[in-house]
Amino acid sequence: MLTYLIRRLILVLPVAFGVSVICFLLVQIAPGDPLTAIMPVDATAEEQDAMRAAYGLDKPLPVQYAIWIGNLVQGDMGKSIASGRPVAGEVFGAVQNSLVLALSAAVIAFPIGIFLGFLAGYFRDTWIDRVVTAISIAGVSVPNYWLGIVLVIIFSVNLGWLPSMGAGPGGSSEWEWNWLHIRHLILPAVTLAVVPIGIVARTVRALAGDILTMDFVQALYAKGMSRADVLRHVARNAAATALSVMGLQLGYLLGGSILIETVFNWPGSGFLLSNAIFQRDLPLLQGTILVLALFFVAMNLIVDVAQAAIDPRIQRT
Amino acid sequence: MALAETLPTEPAPAAKPQGYWSGVGARLIRDPLTLFCSAVILGLILAAIFAPWIGLADPYKGSMIARLKPLGTEGHILGTDEQGRDMLARLIYGGRLTLFIGLMPVVFAFFIGSALGIVAGYVGGLTNTIIMRTVDVFFAFPSVLLAIAISGALGAGIVNSLVSLTIVFVPPITRVAEAVTSGVRALDYIDAARATGADAFTVIRVHVIGNVLSPIFVYATSLTSVCMILAAGLSFLGIGVRPPEPEWGLMLNTLRSAIYVNPWLSALPGVMIFITSLCLNLLSDGLRSAMNVRD
Repeated sequence: MLTYLIRRLILVLPVAFGVSVICFLLVQIAPGDPLTAIMPVDATAEEQDAMRAAYGLDKPLPVQYAIWIGNLVQGDMGKSIASGRPVAGEVFGAVQNSLVLALSAAVIAFPIGIFLGFLAGYFRDTWIDRVVTAISIAGVSVPNYWLGIVLVIIFSVNLGWLPSMGAGPGGSSEWEWNWLHIRHLILPAVTLAVVPIGIVARTVRALAGDILTMDFVQALYAKGMSRADVLRHVARNAAATALSVMGLQLGYLLGGSILIETVFNWPGSGFLLSNAIFQRDLPLLQGTILVLALFFVAMNLIVDVAQAAIDPRIQRT
Repeated sequence: MALAETLPTEPAPAAKPQGYWSGVGARLIRDPLTLFCSAVILGLILAAIFAPWIGLADPYKGSMIARLKPLGTEGHILGTDEQGRDMLARLIYGGRLTLFIGLMPVVFAFFIGSALGIVAGYVGGLTNTIIMRTVDVFFAFPSVLLAIAISGALGAGIVNSLVSLTIVFVPPITRVAEAVTSGVRALDYIDAARATGADAFTVIRVHVIGNVLSPIFVYATSLTSVCMILAAGLSFLGIGVRPPEPEWGLMLNTLRSAIYVNPWLSALPGVMIFITSLCLNLLSDGLRSAMNVRD
């Protein structure tokens, strides 16, 4: 197991390197001179050159990359152009809020998805199966940013039960676990949960359906095992695959919540990202994307290792 | 002699061999849901193409006194938007850009990804390593994040959206194409073809493509719904299509300010996105079973 772990860790390094290259190149593909955002309009050519040298922008790209990555490993992600504050601080504050949202959505989505999927797999080709399949197709097809707006129309505009914006009373962005804050969490978390419910239900349905037709299930029934015990065997067989799908979904929830965060003005990483885009704050854009992507890479790694740890059928060497 | 006489002199009339595509067609005809979904998609595309000739109001012409009229208003069956422009006209015209930006990236990615994946899968070795490891890096980004990152850096615009969405969908298609091609590459008939002296290009053209395109195609169709949602999502965020063009995601964004005035009107563009993406998903599922592709 330890060799497997080390081998997986080594395999992650080139991917992490590639991710950092893409994030570095993001700023390079952006049109316009990065200096125009910070330089006064009447700056002379010499002043511009001096500034360019000060930011290291006169050096060749590989050197610029080396300097950037050197600062990065020391925790320095540069300064936000719009606010002047260090990018690292801004990103980590926002990622915490995004994590609250993503984990809440996962807590809603995974049990419902598993339950629906198992139900459909168990009662395959009955009306229950068809209803669940319809739900899961609708779930993966719905543009969730629109669903968010619909929920706001129903629960905020028409019924007035829940707030439609922000993460706490008075637009506070500091998250606390109390009812005043949780009220703000309900609508975005439910909205974000819909797509993973569809995906998890579809996966579990296929898994449960396949496993239930296997010979060992017949054998277990034949030797007189109770239905509940048989289902426990089925669940154990499905666990590894189901877990890996859910792990990936958690990564998607964190990285993909930007549209939902925009709909609900949730002060998370997605909201930060859309602000960075509109203020052309490229260091902030770069930093946020890098952190989210690296989180996704780490999530993939954890999923792989966890899957190998619980499923003895996977080669661990 | 007696034995020979009892033998049939002519072979029993064999059933006409059914081709692969006629089989697919026959299965599709018997699948009403898939047919219905293709009709809806086709209808939306045709309506978008022929929008100027079907007697709709001008989608750009607003009216200060007729803003945010509710559904069912005389002369504006689906009401008017925040600038008094006819919603029905804008929804139908909106299909032009939304469907174009929502479908074309998958088409581009299908060609680029298939080419990369088939080369990687057939040639193998170092070429495979370089292509596939590069593809792996893109898998480190959730698709929404990657699309927003590239579009955010490039800025708003139709071409930029097409570029960023194509980049998002090339890696998954390449991965599928590579997997399918390496599977076919290992079969004996490919060795036989190579033994006759055919070069790699000929073998790929004659023997590989026909056997790998169906699964890649079906996989690509399953991405169209996500692509549609993402394309409209980019415009919704303001990094896709620019105003005043009618586009469903953009309309959803500009109408958000009206949810307290005329809530259900502001949800209409999203209904269009939902219907389209639902039909694309069901159509893809139908094609998958009709074409006998297993994932």
